[in-house]
Amino acid sequence: MREEEAKRLIGDWTARHGAGRDRLLPLLHAMQHEIGYVDDTLVPAIAAALNLSRADVHGVLTFYHDFRRKPAGRHVVKLCRAESCQARGSSAIEKAAAERLGVAMGETRRDGQVTLEAVYCLGLCAIGPNALVDGRPVARIDAAALDRIAAEVAA
Amino acid sequence: MTRVFVSRDMASVALGADDVAQAFADAGCEVVRTGSRGLFSIEPLVEVETAEGRIGYGPVGPGDVAAVLDGSHANRLGDVGALPFFAAQQRFTFARCGIVDPLSLTDYAAHGGWIGLDIARAAEPQAVVDAVKASGLRGRGGAGFPTGIKWQTVLDAPGGEKYIVCNADEGDSGTFADRMLMEGDPFCLIEGMAIAAHAVGASHGYVYIRSEYLFAAETMRQAIALSAGRVAPFALEVRLGAGAYVCGEETALLDSIEGKRGQVRAKPPLPALAGLFGKPTIINNVLSLAAVPFILSHGADAYAAVGFGRSRGTMPVQLAGNVKHGGLFEVGFGITLGELVNDVGGGTASGRPVRAVQVGGPLGAYFPPSMFDLPFDYEAFTQAGGLIGHAGITVFDDSVDMAHMARFAMLFCAVESCGKCTPCRIGSTRGVEIMDRIIEARPSPSSVRAELVEGQAGYLEKALYSRSPDRIDVSIDAQTALLRDLCDTMKYGSLCALGGFTPYPVLSALDHFPEDFGTPAPLPQAAE
Repeated sequence: MREEEAKRLIGDWTARHGAGRDRLLPLLHAMQHEIGYVDDTLVPAIAAALNLSRADVHGVLTFYHDFRRKPAGRHVVKLCRAESCQARGSSAIEKAAAERLGVAMGETRRDGQVTLEAVYCLGLCAIGPNALVDGRPVARIDAAALDRIAAEVAA
Repeated sequence: MTRVFVSRDMASVALGADDVAQAFADAGCEVVRTGSRGLFSIEPLVEVETAEGRIGYGPVGPGDVAAVLDGSHANRLGDVGALPFFAAQQRFTFARCGIVDPLSLTDYAAHGGWIGLDIARAAEPQAVVDAVKASGLRGRGGAGFPTGIKWQTVLDAPGGEKYIVCNADEGDSGTFADRMLMEGDPFCLIEGMAIAAHAVGASHGYVYIRSEYLFAAETMRQAIALSAGRVAPFALEVRLGAGAYVCGEETALLDSIEGKRGQVRAKPPLPALAGLFGKPTIINNVLSLAAVPFILSHGADAYAAVGFGRSRGTMPVQLAGNVKHGGLFEVGFGITLGELVNDVGGGTASGRPVRAVQVGGPLGAYFPPSMFDLPFDYEAFTQAGGLIGHAGITVFDDSVDMAHMARFAMLFCAVESCGKCTPCRIGSTRGVEIMDRIIEARPSPSSVRAELVEGQAGYLEKALYSRSPDRIDVSIDAQTALLRDLCDTMKYGSLCALGGFTPYPVLSALDHFPEDFGTPAPLPQAAE
């Protein structure tokens, strides 16, 4: 998305939802939803729209794990590594997933096809190991499930 | 046309409930999507409406439609509510979850909904606060602070505008009760918040939901829109978190709603006096607020009649991890840990012996089976060196390496620290390094060296950030003493529970499972 379009998005959004300081997180969520990530070059425009300093916006953007400052892969696999999934063997699944998908944890594959990320708990703690595949919850992940996920993200 | 009930809960969907629901719809059934009953070993669960009531089948797949409809399916469960897992529960808060259509106002009203709100609105605010006090309800988020006293403080606080904030940032691993309630009975939470609003004179409320809970946030948004007229003039809004665990801490959560970094505030002032936007604010966990409609409709005495010691009422316990019958088990306080893990949960899913359970999420202590006679009670757990927290119980079998779990506790704290106070921000990173040295030095096959990136391994022999990096004693004894010292600093020097409670899993693992830390197991204590 070009910078002008992003700026128009910010303007439209604040016109509809307000421009108070407490609108910052909802605006960042909306931008990430529309564009996929929040580029550093847009920080001044966000700051101006909400009457905040650039440092303020940068601070919030970098504090929260959800907000991306770089584009993700076409598919995003978020694998849970919290205690309850560990109790059900997620450490081994994490290694296998990295190999099967050909990408290290926390990275995007070089062809831009898939991003593998850690998540700390999805609230599905009795049926792990769990993942979100493009936002869709998947439980009881084993080798066969990894094969299905790999096929899905190849598309 | 046959009516069937299939859960739309995120866990059920993760196990394939959407495909099952579609298959029944394709077969010409009327499919009602409910919340989850709360026992995941029978999900995806299908309940068929018959003249004898609902008959459950589970788990079933999309290919099982014909066998379910003619009653011949092998996984026929009969009346699901009569299964031992459900018959043994006392469902006060989760009475409707899994039974009603979560977004049907008709269902909600038909199952006792809004009675509590009507009673509250007919009464003076002080009378409502008194009822909550009399019920003995304590904060279900983990701290266990008496809810009624918090409400009294907000009621007495001067100032026009006041807020009701619901903490639905349920980040603890092993917990999912907030999520299940928001997905399965959202109006119950809305009613509880509307009662709180009447009790203290607030007109606006926020539900702060973690972003990982996609389904819960969507269900709450729809439920708020549907019930807006019923709870008016009280208005509600969903705010989505952004992947920061520390925002479950109440003051960090308030800052996050205000659009700031989710950093912990120093207390005082209490949020009850100067909370959201500096105004008096009730901030309660989902389960605390969702318990209130029952207290108003059935009476404070009915709630307080159940419980143990100073822990009154019921707790929605969540059985998680390597457990055979995992799920949500709401029961009065006082049930023992062993009853929950072995009798209700059925032991491990892997069939191996239980070695440890972690109670209360990533900041909760690990307990060995020798402590399974502990009653579920705030005070009893504090005395035993742990906490109930949000009542999640994560079960581990004998393949668990407790030194690695202690390392993970420190690592999690390092990843999620808000950075405001030093013991948490820096102590957690030093804690990971100490655990790496202990794991490397102990006489067992597991090594951390292989996992360390080249150039990173240097700190195992040297304290790279120390003034005298070469004089470090890397023996197990010295590092264990250092770990205890560090935990002491974190426990008493941190601003909030993240840094302050991370020592619980670390020290409980060290104390109860010393053999995993390269220290000989203590001799069994002599009988007194």
